[in-house]
Amino acid sequence: MTVNPKTLPRPTPETLHFWEGTKAGKLLLQQCSVCSHIYFPPRPFCPECASRDVGIVEASGRGVLYSYVINHRLPKWIDAPYSIAVVQLDEGPRMMTNIVDVEQTPEALVLDMPVEVVFDAVTEDITLPKFRPVSGGES
Amino acid sequence: MKPGSVAIVGAAETTQLGKIPDASQIQLHADAALNAMADCGIGPKDIDGLACAAEWPTELAHYLGITPTWVDGTMVGGCSFMIHLRHAAAAINEGLCKTVLITHGESGRSWIGSKALGNNPASLAGQFEIPFGCLGPPTMFTIPVLRYMKAYGLTHEQLANVAVVQREWAGMNPRASQREPITVEDVLSSKMIAYPFHILECCLVTDGGGALIVTSADRIGDFPTKPVYVLGTGESVETPMISQMQDFTSSRAFRVAGAKAFEESGVSRDDVDHLMIYDAFAHLPIYGLEDLGFVEPGEAGDFIWERNTAPGGRLPVNTNGGGLSYMHSGMYGMYALQESVRQMRGTAPAQVLDAKVSVCHGVGGMFGASGTIVMSNEAA
Repeated sequence: MTVNPKTLPRPTPETLHFWEGTKAGKLLLQQCSVCSHIYFPPRPFCPECASRDVGIVEASGRGVLYSYVINHRLPKWIDAPYSIAVVQLDEGPRMMTNIVDVEQTPEALVLDMPVEVVFDAVTEDITLPKFRPVSGGES
Repeated sequence: MKPGSVAIVGAAETTQLGKIPDASQIQLHADAALNAMADCGIGPKDIDGLACAAEWPTELAHYLGITPTWVDGTMVGGCSFMIHLRHAAAAINEGLCKTVLITHGESGRSWIGSKALGNNPASLAGQFEIPFGCLGPPTMFTIPVLRYMKAYGLTHEQLANVAVVQREWAGMNPRASQREPITVEDVLSSKMIAYPFHILECCLVTDGGGALIVTSADRIGDFPTKPVYVLGTGESVETPMISQMQDFTSSRAFRVAGAKAFEESGVSRDDVDHLMIYDAFAHLPIYGLEDLGFVEPGEAGDFIWERNTAPGGRLPVNTNGGGLSYMHSGMYGMYALQESVRQMRGTAPAQVLDAKVSVCHGVGGMFGASGTIVMSNEAA
């Protein structure tokens, strides 16, 4: 899928570590040192207990397909229907993504199927985390 | 608020609905406002409170010649008007103003004088949702539904049926944009927009507006219209990111706003004669019926299939045809309120006989915000 340059993420001071992480092939979440809550999207405090004592943790990159749509109303820079999906990571947080390396059909995209992160370097600065089915169906 | 302490005494939509190529967004606000003022026999000089979304109250006050002592520019999407009504009730009861005008106008189809709601690539949604090929509400608001379907066994036919039933209501309404009867098969064979949603399960895109005039119940004698009393109100917000909603099968904002409105009103679900649930897409009435407590989680698909919400059913829902068939300019909440007022006045094209209590429930953003109003044609 071609990316529209107008919709590339613009990192902020609070999210830069995430985008530096994907560039380096790591999916980074944050964890609260006080209540242990693991969360996403990034912010420099815990959304559960408001503590500022938080750290960065690397996710396993594994999760399951939680829900999705297949977009058929295509902009001119995209040539075939594609999934816009939400993945539930093994660590707990959910994130929006695309499911790649698989047919973009309801038959191929089955809820709760195990998926793993792949890194799509769409520009020199931005690498988007996408997910593909885990080969062999192991989670 | 004290139930029934505030009443809607003026209500009107824009003179035209649908495609309005000769009016800008602010003029649609003004057209609706002038119609609402004419409805209850007052002018701009009689208004001292002003609430609107998409346009600033400053712009409307100047354009209409109003000198407000209270303004509210709350803008949380399509339920902003339910929330304006809630805030107006509080302001009137607090003595901040006496007569409030709430306006909506949107050139959603012709796009004349509209403010672009561009993507902010530095926002959390701009960084963590939009880059994955999201192209507006049809590709985002719809995402939770497959999870709901798996959790509760809702079928594609049941989802399609929401649009079918609402088209029945629209067929009784001369102002509805789409009035031809449709079948489940028609819906499922219509153009795919974002699987599992077909075009007939997505709202219309139209131009229009609406306005309400609200005052304290002890002033209803000053107006010629049949008053519609506000019995209870609720509001909440959850998240601007659909991927981050806590529960894909239920909206927290719906649950919070709905429970608050019912609690405040003292009205039980069984007392409700008429219900409006903002339907930007076919799943909204399903989530709304469950989150407002009319049915248990997972039951709404069957409830609609069994014609409980259809003409002749025991809980008429979206009797104007809804955003799916009546009109949808972008922030539809005002039209839902207008239909509730018509039902309470006894002037709706598809009038529910002897209806005394109407509940009007709105969504803002994509399950991002919510406002609920319980109203009645009888004082509490």
